[in-house]
Amino acid sequence: MIEYEIKPEKGIKFNLHEIIQYKELFYFFTWRDIKIKYKQAVLGFLWAILQPLLTMIIFSFFFGNLLKVPSDGIPYPVFAFSGLLMWNVFSSGLSSAGNSMVSNAHIIKKIYFPRLIIPMSAILVSVFDFLMSFIVFVGLLIYFQINVNILKMCLFIPGSLFLTIICTFGMGSFLAALNVKYRDFRYIIPFLIQSLMFLTPVIYPVSIIKYQWAKYIIAANPMSGAIDLARAAIINKPIQTDLILISCFSAIVMFMIGLLYFRKTESYFADIA
Amino acid sequence: MTKPILEIQNISKKFRIGGADGGYKTLRDSLFSKKGKKVYKSEFWALEDVSFDVYPGDTVGIIGKNGAGKSTLLKILSRITPPTKGRIICRGRIASLLEVGTGFHGELSGRENIYLNGSILGLKRAEINRKFDEIVDFSGVEKFLDTQLKHYSSGMQLRLAFAVAAHLEPEILIIDEVLAVGDADFQKKCIGKMESISKSEGRTILFVSHNMSAIQSLCSKGILLEDGKTKGVFDIAQAVSQYLYGEEGNSTAFFSPDKLNKNNSVFIIEAYIQNSKNLTTDRFAVYDDICVNIKWANQKGVPVNPNFILMNKFNVNVMLAIDTEVDRDGSLKSEKGTYISKITIPKNFLNAGEYFLHIALDSASPRTCHEVHYNALYFSVWDPMDENSVARGLFTSSYEECMLLPLLPSSFTKISEIIN
Repeated sequence: MIEYEIKPEKGIKFNLHEIIQYKELFYFFTWRDIKIKYKQAVLGFLWAILQPLLTMIIFSFFFGNLLKVPSDGIPYPVFAFSGLLMWNVFSSGLSSAGNSMVSNAHIIKKIYFPRLIIPMSAILVSVFDFLMSFIVFVGLLIYFQINVNILKMCLFIPGSLFLTIICTFGMGSFLAALNVKYRDFRYIIPFLIQSLMFLTPVIYPVSIIKYQWAKYIIAANPMSGAIDLARAAIINKPIQTDLILISCFSAIVMFMIGLLYFRKTESYFADIA
Repeated sequence: MTKPILEIQNISKKFRIGGADGGYKTLRDSLFSKKGKKVYKSEFWALEDVSFDVYPGDTVGIIGKNGAGKSTLLKILSRITPPTKGRIICRGRIASLLEVGTGFHGELSGRENIYLNGSILGLKRAEINRKFDEIVDFSGVEKFLDTQLKHYSSGMQLRLAFAVAAHLEPEILIIDEVLAVGDADFQKKCIGKMESISKSEGRTILFVSHNMSAIQSLCSKGILLEDGKTKGVFDIAQAVSQYLYGEEGNSTAFFSPDKLNKNNSVFIIEAYIQNSKNLTTDRFAVYDDICVNIKWANQKGVPVNPNFILMNKFNVNVMLAIDTEVDRDGSLKSEKGTYISKITIPKNFLNAGEYFLHIALDSASPRTCHEVHYNALYFSVWDPMDENSVARGLFTSSYEECMLLPLLPSSFTKISEIIN
């Protein structure tokens, strides 16, 4: 016999077991978003591959060929793509998670389920895109004949992805909750992503920064650590543990803030959405 | 003694109202509004201290006017929004159906939408797999299963949505007025399905509707909500009659009293509807007399015929009713003065439904229209289907397609023993 209580929300509960209980809904939301994303597009899922590939080509032309941005000793296209691989998870995950509560408002108002499922599944969709573009990445590595340490790859790429997801989830759920209350964030999010791109070593290597203190500031951006870690898998040089640790720490802080704020405000989403 | 499956204890819910921008806050409002300055104009208690118990197998109808708090109560029960005060103890799985087709997506096919909608409503994938054929059968859209939902007609979407919802198997089912949409056939099918859910499977149902006959046929108990308050659970007939007769209706219309000063005119002062006990109301049973009263003044000294046109909710003019008495005896014809005309729609005449009145003052010769007030009054007629509903004989289903359900003189005679 199930017995539970409905009462005014006080304090913050995490109800992890509840999310597990609703795992099928989580799966269906993700599946829906993936299906819809590429529906009625002639090229369909190919877009998941084409998007980062085309960006990489443009970046390689302007930054690699024209501006001669250094690339830590590997061909610039591979360098740029390794950065874009993680950056795209972050940027598309953040923008869809940030808008997810508002775009699913009609469901939130009519049915109960753990609200956290919505930004989570939005991020999972961009992880799916990551898997697609990772195939291209492997293709690039083979094409440019890069010597890869398989062990490093198996360790650093998932580690980097994990760091990216933690940070995207933290910021995404925070912005999603804020967006329900303040619709201003619909306009702030794209701007935020664009500015963050320049603060993240996507198109340039961390090594071009001269001052150590500036490196620490850049490392406070978790995406910089994530991308650095991903590149460490293909570039033959020691990883800067202190910078990665700073990134990990700040990712965890973001994760906690986002999760707490979301949990604190979620019970009133249906009233104000 | 069985424990209640739902214990609702002192539930209250507060909303803030009055934000000029309709509730959306902008960042600027929060950042720059001074501390202590009230952003909201007022608070509004949608529910106040609502308490009642529901026992397993009960079918409870929640009745009340628009804005009485019915939907808020359902939203709290289905955990969409938390109460401000009080608590609810639930002893069973709740599924709520506040809308048909929640989460339906036009880009996905019918098959995909069954899975999506089913899982949103709380079905497990295995359960959907098991019931898939049944759901498709009930919906009757098997030919279009792999067509995108956006190409479905709205009726097909509705059937599919209800088919999924009908196959939920929670201990407690919460249904908001989802049956208001769809045609009469579909509504009958839904009610039938819900009856079989509650009666044969013994599940607990909470049902909100404005359709009194649907509530009566489905529910055994009723809760009347009035401005967010309730007196508790009653027998359904008792709750319905409290709702229908409990308070004075707002079925009085006043018209431009400033005209009183104008000379040389014919005008309506007020109009109201009463039952046979001279109580002003806007709700009648089919076996009540409905007395339409028109108070009018004649300062012109011309012959006047007060009358009204009765219109149903489908904008069909049901009938024209004229105060024939005012004209019968020539003496009243053109005398100046203030009058009340009372026109009675007899009991056992109108069918259950909602009606509007256009009220007018006309003169027959020469044909002149002095004044018309469109949709001046409103009333509703319901059919309690008890022993007083004599016009329907022994039939118990509702025939809302018919405008009238009159008690007509009828007779029968046996003419022979032999069948030839």
